[in-house]
Amino acid sequence: MRRFAPNALIGGLLIGLLFLMAIVQTFWMPHDPMKLNFASRLQPPSAEFLLGTDEFGRDIVSRLMMGAATSVSISLMTVGLAVVLGTTIGLISGYNRGLIDRVIMIFNDALLAFPGMLLALGLLSVFGANQYGIIVALGLAYTPSVARVVRGAVMSLREREFIRASRTMNNSELYTMLRHVLPNCLAPLIVLGTSMFGWTLLSESALSFLGLGVPPPAPTWGNMLAAGRPFIEQAAWLAIFPGLCISLTLLGINLLGDALRDRLDPQMRGAV
Amino acid sequence: MSLLEIRNLTLEIARTDLAIVKNVSLSVEPGEIVAIVGESGSGKTQVARAVMALNHRAIRRRAGQSLFRGQDIFALPDREKRAIRGSQIGMVFQEPMTSLNPSLTIGRQLLEGLELHRKLTQQERLAKVAEMLRRVGIQDVDHAMRAYPHEFSGGMRQRIMLASVMLLEPALLIADEPTTALDAVIQRDVMELMVELTRSANTAVLLISHDLPMVARYADRILVMRSGEIVEEGAASDILARPQHEYTRKLLAALSWRGPARAVDMQQTPVIAVEGLVVDYGGQQRLFSRSQSKRALKGIDISVQPNEIVAVVGGSGSGKTTLGNVIAGLVPATSGRLLYDGKPVLPGASGYADWRANSQMVFQDPYSSLDPRMKIEALVGEALRHEKRINRQQKRERVAAMLTEVGLGEQFLDRFPHELSGGQRQRVAIARALICNPRFLIADEPVSALDVTVRAQVLDLFAALQKRYGFSCLFISHDLGVVEQVADRVIVMQHGEIVEQGSRDDVFDRPQHAYTRKLLSAIPALAPTAGGGIEMRWRQAAG
Repeated sequence: MRRFAPNALIGGLLIGLLFLMAIVQTFWMPHDPMKLNFASRLQPPSAEFLLGTDEFGRDIVSRLMMGAATSVSISLMTVGLAVVLGTTIGLISGYNRGLIDRVIMIFNDALLAFPGMLLALGLLSVFGANQYGIIVALGLAYTPSVARVVRGAVMSLREREFIRASRTMNNSELYTMLRHVLPNCLAPLIVLGTSMFGWTLLSESALSFLGLGVPPPAPTWGNMLAAGRPFIEQAAWLAIFPGLCISLTLLGINLLGDALRDRLDPQMRGAV
Repeated sequence: MSLLEIRNLTLEIARTDLAIVKNVSLSVEPGEIVAIVGESGSGKTQVARAVMALNHRAIRRRAGQSLFRGQDIFALPDREKRAIRGSQIGMVFQEPMTSLNPSLTIGRQLLEGLELHRKLTQQERLAKVAEMLRRVGIQDVDHAMRAYPHEFSGGMRQRIMLASVMLLEPALLIADEPTTALDAVIQRDVMELMVELTRSANTAVLLISHDLPMVARYADRILVMRSGEIVEEGAASDILARPQHEYTRKLLAALSWRGPARAVDMQQTPVIAVEGLVVDYGGQQRLFSRSQSKRALKGIDISVQPNEIVAVVGGSGSGKTTLGNVIAGLVPATSGRLLYDGKPVLPGASGYADWRANSQMVFQDPYSSLDPRMKIEALVGEALRHEKRINRQQKRERVAAMLTEVGLGEQFLDRFPHELSGGQRQRVAIARALICNPRFLIADEPVSALDVTVRAQVLDLFAALQKRYGFSCLFISHDLGVVEQVADRVIVMQHGEIVEQGSRDDVFDRPQHAYTRKLLSAIPALAPTAGGGIEMRWRQAAG
């Protein structure tokens, strides 16, 4: 019997909305988000500009939509990079154990002990502050936690009898790893990937806020928030709406992540 | 008034009409040992829990009462329930690994009960705990009081658990499969200790078990349960000798019997031979040091003839599982040789692939030996991966044919392991091992995780398949009853060494080594009686 899960529903709706914004903006936006219009500078929300305009007279709705697309694509690519790298490292480390595992894990733990944001800042100064710099920096910063989760899952899996059974069937180690170990690690990976999507979004916003993210004039929620800061007394909507977007998206991701964990966690399966 | 009286108890799963215990009545008199016997899902554990009103909250009482000294436990307020639990009704569970708190010392855990339920000075409490630990066979009491549960073996933990429960001298002890997780010899020791402790404190025992012969040895009365109902009740000796209900007869028939000895040609080249096998565990390379190694096998020589089933028996820690793992190539040997068809096999050598293709393994736990994400067709078919020139359709047909052979049908092809029962899963595991028609099979406790009647069916299937395919088999087990039924030859192991080996009849009827005799004393010799029942004879440990 499947129970009604309100967090899955609300989370799904919020994230659905985010992706909808990101997709719709490719072919339609209420205004051109890049067009400067000093005549309609810092206008409050109105019928023409639903959420108002910024200090250059650009439409906030359109900029939020474009920012959503940037954020979604950055987050997806970052998570993808971290998952691919982290899973490979975790699989190799957990499956082989021994010296390889020890060496990899020493590096991994050292990276984990380093604040992810700080690591990303350092890497950004190497790769340069642009979209791809962010993806590589955040992707590398998140790789150690993926590696750790995958390694843990693999270590407990490799003692299970079906892994031993595969080895007695004369299957190569690589085949066993890809056919039996990897698919059984997917549940924790999906859950981690979901929450990581949220972290990335937040970090990307934070980096943009610090001026180290996607360079203006291209909008992201983070740099819009930063740009709104000097005008907080005259035009609060400049900071409120990007902030609201970030908060709602994170809420949605956390709810969805919880719901996914409940569905995928074997402990929760078949519970009375 | 009986000490415990359960009247017309019916339990159901909440929010459904599914009754899991149906109209059960039983009574336990002071000092009496009453056993409930049944297979998994029979509801025996739920009845035991109902005695203390400890059922899972999803299980609801529909009707009936559970009266302890005339009081209905279900109707008592929580405070009074707690006063009875522990103090007047004690409970011992199956899993000694999890029923003691790992983060408290043994002394602390034993004192806790006395502090809660008895008004004594600390001095008196300590004295009582020390005396009880001595009685359950702990040598160094002072050390044990300060030790943590993980420092003890499973058998010792179960003794400590018994000590902690019997310390309060409850009027009733509920023992739910107290020895199932232990090997046969330790099982007997723990049972005898339990009987001795409860007898001297005049504690009644409600014993829950699936093991009919074991129960019959210690219980005064037996109740047989099936699908939530009591189907038969009577004195222990009567149930065995003159079973009335068809299900009881089926349980008795499922016990392992010895068949006629088979002739095995010992002159042929052994399919597999092991010479001077030594395995060291541990000795792991840490970053800067090497951990202390432990010798698991100390120079083992065995051989298995074509068409022969050789059983390896021994208690936990005897090295029998390690032996199987080394032969299966799962654990590297420290030294020694492995000969297949008289030729040494080494990884990378020319004969190695042939050897690997001809040796397969069946594991103990059918719940973890099948990849939960694969369908049965893929699981069984995976063993055919190394066969060339076989297309999908042919593969599917061969898998279907093999499934039919192990008593499952084609309809199982598209199912997932979790949709199957334990017995069905073990059949799938056997199908997977045999589909390539291997010459040699390693079976590591293949039926230990199965219910009694299912176990009998799987063993019959195994014997039939062996006859048909003629594979040789190394059958690893701690259950001498099962070994008596299937083995041609028996090897007894203790502490990583072979202490005795010989034909089945020699080892069972004329055991030479003291350890073999000790193992045999834990299982009964069975003989059928006229009434469709059995007569049990227990072998002596000494002489």
